[in-house]
Formats: sequence, structure tokens, C-alpha cells
Amino acid sequence: MPFFAYVGVFLLLPTGIVVYNAFRNPNGGFSLAGIKALGNPEIRSLFVGSVELALISSLFGAVFGAILAYAVASGDPDGVVRRLYLAVSGVLAQFGGVTLAFAFLVTIGPVGLLLHASWFYNFPWGIMVIYAYFQIPLMVLVFMPAIDGLKVQWREASENLGASAWQYWGHVGAPLLAPAFLGAALLLFANGLSAFATAEAWENQVGYIVPQQISIALNSEVGLSNANEADVLALGMVIIVAIVMTGYALLQRRASRWLR
Amino acid sequence: MSALIAAAKKEGTLNVIALPPTWANYGTILKDFSAKYGIKINSANPDGTSQQEVNAIKQENGTAAAPDVVDVGQAVALANTSLFTPYKVATWSSIPAAQKDANGVWYEDYGGYMAIGYSTKFGTITSLNQLLGPKFKGAVALNGDPTSANAGLNGVMLANLLSGGTPSDISKGVAWFHQLKQAGNFNPVSATGATIKAGTTPVVFNWDYLNLPSYVGVSNWKVFVPPGVPLGGYYTQAINKNAPHPAAARLWEEFLYSQAASGGQNLWLLGGARPVEQLAMANNGTLNKTAAAKLPPVSGTPIFLSQSQATNAANYLSANWQKAIS
Repeated sequence: MPFFAYVGVFLLLPTGIVVYNAFRNPNGGFSLAGIKALGNPEIRSLFVGSVELALISSLFGAVFGAILAYAVASGDPDGVVRRLYLAVSGVLAQFGGVTLAFAFLVTIGPVGLLLHASWFYNFPWGIMVIYAYFQIPLMVLVFMPAIDGLKVQWREASENLGASAWQYWGHVGAPLLAPAFLGAALLLFANGLSAFATAEAWENQVGYIVPQQISIALNSEVGLSNANEADVLALGMVIIVAIVMTGYALLQRRASRWLR
Repeated sequence: MSALIAAAKKEGTLNVIALPPTWANYGTILKDFSAKYGIKINSANPDGTSQQEVNAIKQENGTAAAPDVVDVGQAVALANTSLFTPYKVATWSSIPAAQKDANGVWYEDYGGYMAIGYSTKFGTITSLNQLLGPKFKGAVALNGDPTSANAGLNGVMLANLLSGGTPSDISKGVAWFHQLKQAGNFNPVSATGATIKAGTTPVVFNWDYLNLPSYVGVSNWKVFVPPGVPLGGYYTQAINKNAPHPAAARLWEEFLYSQAASGGQNLWLLGGARPVEQLAMANNGTLNKTAAAKLPPVSGTPIFLSQSQATNAANYLSANWQKAIS
């Protein structure tokens, strides 16, 4: 019961308010103008940008994070390397926002100390590199327990039965890890979709992703502020997450068939 | 006046919002007001935008934390006059008629001209198109997204006027920034004192008072106000009609518009901003002449965007800025 109260206050209520306001005009009346604005080419390009960035950064983070997690997990379980990696990952997964973007800016930005990366302001690759900095460690953290769950005995058993490394991974390892991998990748996707401060500190002269446009819609002091537009954009993001969650649920059911 | 002081002291507190201490000398102004009248100042969200100021009035309406006074851009002030209450300061007649509401709902306070600040490592900048040259790779920045920040919009407008555009049509300014982007010289980070100190934004379009070497705190910094098209902009004061501390709010306005040597008008001037009563004060001899002489020279007839010109520019930017710059 306390859980439902919590979800109600912090998830359902805000979502309800967003949906309600998305169908209002600034004077409080009912209006579909906001929803129609989702079809504008400028708004559409923001959603494309957001999904593109979230997808690329989560795939990149998931794949490299999983490889890194496996490499670390196959080492000594009480070793220094493992403890060091987990500690560092714990810190880096939370290393985002202004500090992270600024660190990149002064090292490889246009007037950076180390090098002047000409692609630094290319969207999405420039910002993807920055996102990778917290996506990979986050993947290591959330995926490590799943790898630890792979028992050595299973591998020994398949080897005893004459399986090659490929066969082991194809028939035992991958199916075992797939549900956890998908779940972790989804978490990374949501993380990449909703991140705002990092992108805003990377550059804030033009919006590439939806959260930046939400900020403009709320804060514009040149007369373009429209709180209802912000609600419409937020609703759009809710819909994206809903679609992804549905796809995830279907994939998850398929991937965890062997559990039933 | 003494009744107002007594009432304000009784309230004991003043809520202000979005006043950065390093901006136009606000740090000193807040401290001096507090010391002079013994009134405690709650300074909320110092780096906020004008729109956040009026959002706070709406959202915190009726609570003791609501802002008593605001200092907002003109567009925001004109769009929200229903939130304000009229008040005329003692020096009301010194404010030029075009810079105040006849009924006292809002009144401009201080301002400046759009200027190009730059690191002296680039030598001397004398024209806009110099900035398209190869030595300015990734160097040229605005102060905020022009679809969101007033200073950003006016930066694009400055380029527009220098490229032969008019105040009613900002398209040439957007085209110029597109060229700047094509040349690889546009730096998409909002310039602040911190980015200038760190060297990440070595050329900045911003109001002159935010672009002075004394403000940015960097010695190898110069400021260039392009001659012929002085593009001016003033901020606007207004009092929240439901201010939790109405007397303190009015006393604060009296302090800001005081022409005394230690009054608000001269304090703004010391911060590099041009107080709205500057002309009247120059005439009646209360202006701090040393501080006035330090302002960057400006030539030509000042240009101020009218409300419809500013709206046109914002609408054009909303539809075209993203395409031009990404």
C-alpha cells in the first residue's frame, strides 16, 4: 500500500497533470493545438534527435559495458581489479551534467587543452562520446550481478559434453544473460532519453533533444514561453517510453521463455 | 518616505529573485540596501531567467516566499502586467517617458548596448565579418539560446543590423550565424564569466556591462561596440501586486532609483550598466562622472526593439534558428 501511494504521488499524479495540461491552451481552455504541434518538422526533428541519441548511446553503453563487466567478473572475485572497477564505475555512473560536459569541453572542445576535436559539436556523435562516459559504467554496475550468476559449473558441464566456446555462449550464456541484458539496455535507453543537464552544458544555443526544448518552452524570456508546449513535449516523451516499455515486455517474454 | 522606511523595517524582509551578485553590481546593491535599512534579503535563484521570475510569482502566489520585486526583460514585463502593481518612485520624472509605463506598472531600470567582447589574443576586432576568418575557429559565442534568452536574441540582432538587416527582420542575422557555423567558428556554449575565465568562449556577443574586462575578471579582454548601430536593451522593474512585503518592495525601488552617490542608479553605473536616469543625472550633476567615463564609447542613434519587432524576431528564430545552426 505505501508503494502505491508513492507511485501515485510521484508517478501517476505528475503524468496525469502533464496529460491534462497538454490538451489545454495557455488561457486554460481545451485545445488540440499543442498535440498538433507534435507534427511540426522542428518538433519532430527534436524527437528524432532524442531517440537517436538515447538509442546509440544505450547500445554503445550496453555492448561495451557488458564486455567490460564480463572481463571484470571473470577475474578474481575478491581481487583489487574488481573492487577498483566497481568503485570507479559507481562514481562515474553518477558523473554527469555540467561537470562532465565541462571536463570534455576543456579537454577536447573547440578550444580544448588536449586536442581540438572537430566532431565535438556534431550531433549525435559528439554528445554520444560524453554520454558513453556514464552509460558504460552504469552498464557495468547493473549487469555485473547477472554475470556473477553464471555458474562456472555450467560452463564445465558444457565443456565436458564437448561444447565449443561458441556453442556454450550461443546455447547457454547468451540465453541466460539476455533478459538481464535487455533490462539493463532499457535502463540505459531511459537514462539517455531523459538526460538534460549534460546535453545542456555541452551546448545550449540550439535544441537537439526534447528536454532542451522543454526548457526553452518553460523559460524563454523573448516571448516564446508556453508551459503547455512543455507539457505536450513531455507527453511525447512519455509515449516514447511507453512504446519502448511495450517492446521491452514483448522481447523480455521471448528472451525469458526458457525460465518458464 | 520616513513612513515607508518605518513600515519596511517592520516587515524586516525583502524577497528578490534572479539577481546574480556579479551582474550590474547587484552584489553591492543588495548588501548596501540590507545594511542601510537593516532589512534581510532573501535572494532566490540568482541565475534564473526573466520567465522564471514571473513563474515564481504565479507559483508561489500567496506564500511568504513569493518574490516582492522583479527585474525582467521588456517582453516578459509587457506580457505579465496583470501580475504587477503600479508604483512611482520619487525620481519618477527623471525616467524618460518612453522607458516607463504611464501608470507606473513597470519602469525600466538599467541597460546597455550589444557589444562584442574578445580575448586580446585575436588582436583588434573592428568589423563583424572579421569573425568569419579562420583564426576564430570555434571561438564565437552568444549569451544564451536566442529563442530563449533576450541577450542571445539581441546578439543575433546585432549581427543582423551589421549585415544590412532591419530591426523588423532578423533573417540576415540568422543567415550570418549560419555562415559563422559553416566556417566552424560558432561556439554553441552559452558564455558566462566562468567560460570566459576558462578560455572556452574567447569571443562573446553580450550586453556591454556583461562584457567589460572588469565584469568578466579577465585582464586580456577587450570590448567592441560596433559603431553606427548601437543596439540597446533595458531591464524593467516591477512590484508583485501580492508582494508578501509590500513596503520593503517599495523601499527597494526607492533605493534603486535614488540618485545619491551611494544610491542604486550610481551603483548600477559602477557595475558598468547605464542607469535609466543617466541623462537626468548628468544634467543635475548627481552622476558619478568617473564611472560614466569608463563605459565603452557608443556612436550613432541608439536602436531599441519595439515589442512587435522583438516578437517578429522571436517568431522567426523559433522557425529558423535550429536549421541555421545545427
